[in-house]
Amino acid sequence: MTIQFGNPDRPNSYIGKTVPRPNAGRLVEGRGKYVDDITLPRMLHVAFVRSPFAHAKILGIDAEEAKSVKGVLRIFTGADLAEICTPWVAVLEHLKGLKSPPEYPMALDRACWVGEPVVAVVATSRSAAEDGAALVEVDYDPLPIVTDMMSALDATTPVLHTELGDNLAFQRLHEEGDVDSVFQTAHKVVSAHFKTGRHTGVTPEPRSILVDWNPAERQMTAYHATQAPHMMQTALAEHLDIPESRVRVICGDVGGSYGIKVHVYPDEVATAAIAKIMARPVKFIADRLESFTTDIHARDHEIEARIAVDAEGKILAIDVDDWTAIGAYSVYPRTSAIEGNQVVNLCGGPYDFANYRAKTTVVFQNKTPTCQYRAVGHPIAVTVTEGLVDMAAAALGMDPVEIRRRNMYADDVYPVTSPAKMRFEGLSHHQSMDKLVALMDYDALRADQAEARARGVHRGIGIASFIELTNPSPFMYGIGGARISAQDGCTVRMDPDGSIVALSGVTEQGQGTEAMLSQIVAEGVGVHPENVRVITGDTQVTPYGGGTWASRGAGIGGEAALRSAQALRDSILEVAAAMLQADQASLDIRDGQVVDTDTGAQRMPLEELGRIVYFRGDTLPDGLPRELVQTRHYITSEYPFAFTNGVQASYLEVDTETGIVTLLKHWCVEDCGRIINPQLVDEQIRGGIVQGLGGALFEEIHYDSEGQLLNGSMADYLVPMAGEMPDMIVGHVETPTKESALGAKGAGEAGTAGAPAAVMNAINDALRPLGAQVTEMPFTPERILRALGSIED
Amino acid sequence: MKASAGGYARANDLSHAMELLASSDGSGRVLAGGQSLIAAMNMRLSTGDMLVDISRLSELSGVTEEADTLRIGALTKHVEIGADPLIRAHAPLLAEAVTCIAHAAIRNRGTIGGALAHADPAAEFPACMLALDAIIHIQGSNGERSVAAEDFFEDLFETSLEEDEILTAITVPKAEAGERQVLQEIARRSGDYALVGLCLVARSTGHWVSLLSVGSTPVLAHNAMTLLDQGDVDGAVVALRAEIDPPSDTQASAGYRRHIAGILLRRAVAQAKGEIA
Ligand SMILES: Cc1cc2nc3c(=O)[nH]c(=O)nc-3n(C[C@H](O)[C@H](O)[C@H](O)COP(=O)(O)OP(=O)(O)OC[C@H]3O[C@@H](n4cnc5c(N)ncnc54)[C@H](O)[C@@H]3O)c2cc1C
Repeated sequence: MTIQFGNPDRPNSYIGKTVPRPNAGRLVEGRGKYVDDITLPRMLHVAFVRSPFAHAKILGIDAEEAKSVKGVLRIFTGADLAEICTPWVAVLEHLKGLKSPPEYPMALDRACWVGEPVVAVVATSRSAAEDGAALVEVDYDPLPIVTDMMSALDATTPVLHTELGDNLAFQRLHEEGDVDSVFQTAHKVVSAHFKTGRHTGVTPEPRSILVDWNPAERQMTAYHATQAPHMMQTALAEHLDIPESRVRVICGDVGGSYGIKVHVYPDEVATAAIAKIMARPVKFIADRLESFTTDIHARDHEIEARIAVDAEGKILAIDVDDWTAIGAYSVYPRTSAIEGNQVVNLCGGPYDFANYRAKTTVVFQNKTPTCQYRAVGHPIAVTVTEGLVDMAAAALGMDPVEIRRRNMYADDVYPVTSPAKMRFEGLSHHQSMDKLVALMDYDALRADQAEARARGVHRGIGIASFIELTNPSPFMYGIGGARISAQDGCTVRMDPDGSIVALSGVTEQGQGTEAMLSQIVAEGVGVHPENVRVITGDTQVTPYGGGTWASRGAGIGGEAALRSAQALRDSILEVAAAMLQADQASLDIRDGQVVDTDTGAQRMPLEELGRIVYFRGDTLPDGLPRELVQTRHYITSEYPFAFTNGVQASYLEVDTETGIVTLLKHWCVEDCGRIINPQLVDEQIRGGIVQGLGGALFEEIHYDSEGQLLNGSMADYLVPMAGEMPDMIVGHVETPTKESALGAKGAGEAGTAGAPAAVMNAINDALRPLGAQVTEMPFTPERILRALGSIED
Repeated sequence: MKASAGGYARANDLSHAMELLASSDGSGRVLAGGQSLIAAMNMRLSTGDMLVDISRLSELSGVTEEADTLRIGALTKHVEIGADPLIRAHAPLLAEAVTCIAHAAIRNRGTIGGALAHADPAAEFPACMLALDAIIHIQGSNGERSVAAEDFFEDLFETSLEEDEILTAITVPKAEAGERQVLQEIARRSGDYALVGLCLVARSTGHWVSLLSVGSTPVLAHNAMTLLDQGDVDGAVVALRAEIDPPSDTQASAGYRRHIAGILLRRAVAQAKGEIA
């Protein structure tokens, strides 16, 4: 049955509506159950002694005194755990040349960043474990360190992993057209140097894991705050030598992920290894300092880029030289080369132009490893592209909206392949821009800006168009050899009373996945969403799937849910047709009742059908299929990724005396294809924008030249807070993907992708009459005053 | 991290608190609102403290009017100072400062005595004390003593308080008719510790200018004060920038802070004259 999405009055029309979230009430009542809420009998706690040096040889470990602390039971070194846990190497075959050394759950004879786990202290309480950890004596011999990105490949710089030969982790050059000759002859060439600040995801709930090993059953159970339970099941099974069928990962409530919780962390694997050795449940909850030093970092990029345009503002060529430093190891199993790779894939994304060169250089250094964080690579690529486009417009004396209209792919050219060789199935740049300009009342805003300037108040408008990569196929990880699933599954069953249970491989991180699934299943089967119980995050019961990342939950997990729900509907109707001696095609399910499709007349409640199938199956015809449970898996196949698009705008005021930026308002129009729940999509966009604004104005991890992290607390690492956030107006264009019946693409990262560039362009719009420009994020008050030349020393 | 305290005792009255401190062999630590101390303990920056909880000592709380001064009990909470009519009438600088201190949850527990004893150079109240020329009252095992604010703050998180002493109250002169008290500061986010802050008190006897976040203690800008007394605002800005030696950190460099101090002085003067709100 195809759903008539165009008809909002169709029966069971839950897809496209804001319905209550099934888990919201529970969380508000304080009935959430996060890993740290779980206490198991005989449970122990582990605290880690972490390297205080960015690079040091470990000469010896003396744990005698620590052992005498009351409550401390056992102390493990890296060598102890290496006996039962194999190391991993985070490379992907399709990222040619990517290299990284084997990494163990804890450092063996050398620590490579401040915060790397070196010794694990296991005790009856976290407090006792910390008391013990404070008494462990590690004899370190400091080694030469690499901190600076741009000199990491210099001949005089020490090599971090000598066995790898140099500090180059990965390099990729992509070239299309004749970039050099275009730059020589173009009407105007504009170039700039951009920097994006190293930052991290700051999840409200820190990384958390509680692992139990039952030697009698040879079964491992890990309660884990993760985005990818099946991936973790596979990783734990592989490295701790347990069959996958005997590793159960349970992911209950998760307090935010943003990409932070989709990686295999050494200390979490160490916790599992210790549980296996001690045959007792062991809990590890990162504290906030550990979060800052050991959660993955991201976005540490420096980019030299230029754009060539003709006199009419047509983009002729873009040339990008991106550098990023990823810390001491490529992170398992997604690798740390993806972010740079994305920059190459995404620069120039919205625009129809011919000549493109992009290169990324990914280097090792003695800092916390970086990896995928919400909107991987997008904010960088959008900042570079949109920054250049605005600078070109200014150089030509052209309006920033106009230059974009002259260059964006026309809405009717699809399918099309970009110069970065990305394939777009269907985007809506012009419709989105038109909607944005109307929503923000662009001309009125320009008038307000001029009026303010006359009063000596410096306001700016910034626009940023973007594309977002969602619904990835195995082309993202699988083809590179990573056991990361791009497909996802859903099992939907009807219980005897007619209520529905849906078990899905995608996970809930607080973003509303379960609400979205309940709507789809409700519509697919024909029941009220309240009658759908959604179960996610348990590898023992849910179909194998990828989980939540790369904005795939709705597009992939949602489609699997729809297909399984519709399959269940068909099974139910097949039984109903037999019971009612009717033609199956003439029957429908609406609001939990089997009805006549044409008249809507009620024929039988699902409850009655359940009673017969489960308890009086003897009355049904022999051979009638009676599986009131159906599973479907879904994977995209025609396109490697479902790209979405959108455009954002920022209106802000710069205090040119102090450098303080006040955000006045923010707009986003985006096209995520079919919208399943408008409120959830809007809030994803808003939350994403907030994280983007954080990157633009506040967030930056600082290290000193010794590789010491300088701001590992919430007082020193500034996240955006409500007081500084502007009103956000969100609008939509809907271009469903034709690959799936549902037509949904992702919406989770669009906000983060475009917000930093919009703010940068707005600040520069405000500063332009004063001859100043900023391109280094975050745009702190000091950076703005320095750009204005106000500070003497 | 989990805090590791050496012990905890709740004092019933001031002399009980003094006894508890005296009997703790130097590891005694006064606990007031806990908004700085507990945070430090939770990062194990402070371990093994014998906590002496004075938070229930009602005799140390509240604002009372004296002849020419206000007496503010050490345990008066930020939120109470912000709302107190006597403060608003006679020491409006302190009420204004409260709007810049952290967030409601912290203001509901933090105390003025705690803020002064903690002596964070980035905090508002210590700088206010300098600008208001306040007197700090201290109870020790040998009786009471009083110190001028300028002599109280000695170094980063260091005051003239001895280990067995408790800060009991502050007295500030009542504002004269026509006196202007102004606080200007720059913070990255509302509620954050200021990158730089400046208090200006304009009295008939002269100007008082103090700064926060520009050194290891709150500082009085004597040269700027003298020039303001002479009506030379431009000169005061130059002098101010020359007489402070601000730190550089991850939020801002010394150069930024020095520059902003001058901007804030101009703004404060304009605000005191009623030119800007
Ligand atoms: C997130 C956050 C943000 C903050 N932002 C700001 C800000 O912007 N501006 C600002 O000014 N402050 C800020 N603070 C600090 C806050 O104002 C604290 O309340 C204050 O610094 C300490 O007061 P307290 O009563 O909580 O003292 P406690 O934390 O109980 O004690 C602090 C120290 O003072 C000692 N002490 C306390 N009372 C006495 C006493 N009567 N006699 C002797 N010694 C005593 C204690 O032994 C301890 O060493 C912030 C705090 C937090 C947690």
